[in-house]
Amino acid sequence: MPRGASLVAVLVLAAAAAGAEEPDPARQAELLHMLRQDCGSCHGMRLSGGLGPPLSPQALAGKDREALVAIVLDGVPGRPMPPWRPYLSEGEAFWLVDRLREGLR
Amino acid sequence: MKGWPVVVLVGLAFVGVAAAEPRGSGDLGIVIERADGSVLVVDTSARRVLGRIAGLGDLSHAAAVFSPDQRYAYVFGRDGGLSRLDLLEQRLDRRIVQAGNSIGGAISGDGRLVAVANYEPGGVRIFDAATLERVADIPAIGRDGTRSKVVGLEDYGRRRFAFSLYDAGEIWLADLADPQSPRIARFSGIGRLPYDGLVTPDGRYYLAGLFGEDGLVLLDLWQQPPQPRRILEGYGRGEEPLPVYKMPHLEGWAQAGDLLFLPAVGRHELLVVDRRQGFAEVARIAVDGQPVFAVARPDGRQVWVNFAFPANDRVQIVDVPSLATVATLNPGKAVLHIEFTPRSGEAWISARDSGSVVVFDGESLVELARLPARSPSGIFFTARANRMGF
Repeated sequence: MPRGASLVAVLVLAAAAAGAEEPDPARQAELLHMLRQDCGSCHGMRLSGGLGPPLSPQALAGKDREALVAIVLDGVPGRPMPPWRPYLSEGEAFWLVDRLREGLR
Repeated sequence: MKGWPVVVLVGLAFVGVAAAEPRGSGDLGIVIERADGSVLVVDTSARRVLGRIAGLGDLSHAAAVFSPDQRYAYVFGRDGGLSRLDLLEQRLDRRIVQAGNSIGGAISGDGRLVAVANYEPGGVRIFDAATLERVADIPAIGRDGTRSKVVGLEDYGRRRFAFSLYDAGEIWLADLADPQSPRIARFSGIGRLPYDGLVTPDGRYYLAGLFGEDGLVLLDLWQQPPQPRRILEGYGRGEEPLPVYKMPHLEGWAQAGDLLFLPAVGRHELLVVDRRQGFAEVARIAVDGQPVFAVARPDGRQVWVNFAFPANDRVQIVDVPSLATVATLNPGKAVLHIEFTPRSGEAWISARDSGSVVVFDGESLVELARLPARSPSGIFFTARANRMGF
């Protein structure tokens, strides 16, 4: 296995492990507030879409979990989606993506 | 026997009328409660809430325009809802869901037509202002044949509307003099990802902001035909843009005298252009964050600015003669909107996460009132009825 590939594999594993680490309940509440209010500026407070695409489980079906986390953390070049890395840990990004994939109540 | 229920009804109606003094509507307004799908009806003279109207659907992004008599507000919701509110009776007069996803709207100069900008399906739909019956449908199909989200829909007098196609990068002008056959002028290749637009207070210029490029597009609507041209091109000067955590809104951006204050996208700056110098840049004002709204105090002496996350806890005040920031206010958490009363110059500011609308004296900056509201966002006063492009 080339060195680069193994490094990527290690990083992905580390990220997945981080994803398993749940934010504490107070932080979860903050994250959900951020999701509805701040992500909601573009994706709609009900996440049904706006200038940005909808983030419903149906809309995200079939999309790769790690790729979604990468979009949350690093944004989409040339598009309005900004990088949230300064405000979210990887574990928090995984937790948010998982909430979106299963659907918010 | 047949006649007497009528007598009773008339009697009750008379009691109802006698109980309430007739009142004007020129000092009324609404505050959007974005999370609850409701609005507060406010009295700006008394600085108090008169009542709440609920059942307006998804107002997570909402805007409003007013009938010329300032009695009715038309509220555009995220979910395609179009609601007509009677401010005097504080009730929902009628409501339709006209599309799947919407961004805002406008009302014609004669108050007869209400136009809504839709993301899904991309286009503009026009309604009879009295009945909300649909009178025209303008699908936003760009030159490349794809359907676009519509942004920056503004009226510019008579029955004319300007709007931009986000995906296709086009600006369209629609004249609804005959609503049965709208006349549409299309301008393509204007730039990448126009995200919003504004009309100057005199209705002469339409400006669209671009997300995909550093610059704005200007249309002189007095020209026949108008020729789109770029202003503030390359304002980022090749620097890496900063992340934009909330897109600026252009409607209602400040014009003070001949100066226009415009948001840089991905810069923590206001760009100042002079109308009388061909919209050339005359200044840049460093501010604390990505500007979202910049609103001129009615006398044009100051411009008040709010910001995207994470600087959304403050409002900065720019002094127009010196083009410098002179004060910073901290009205609360998640400041979303600023609206001035037209003559007394009081600033009403919504602080979403503090659950308040805070009223400031525009001169002394003294806090005059703090009204409780549930996740307040947009604030719209009936004085908008008398302004083009609002």
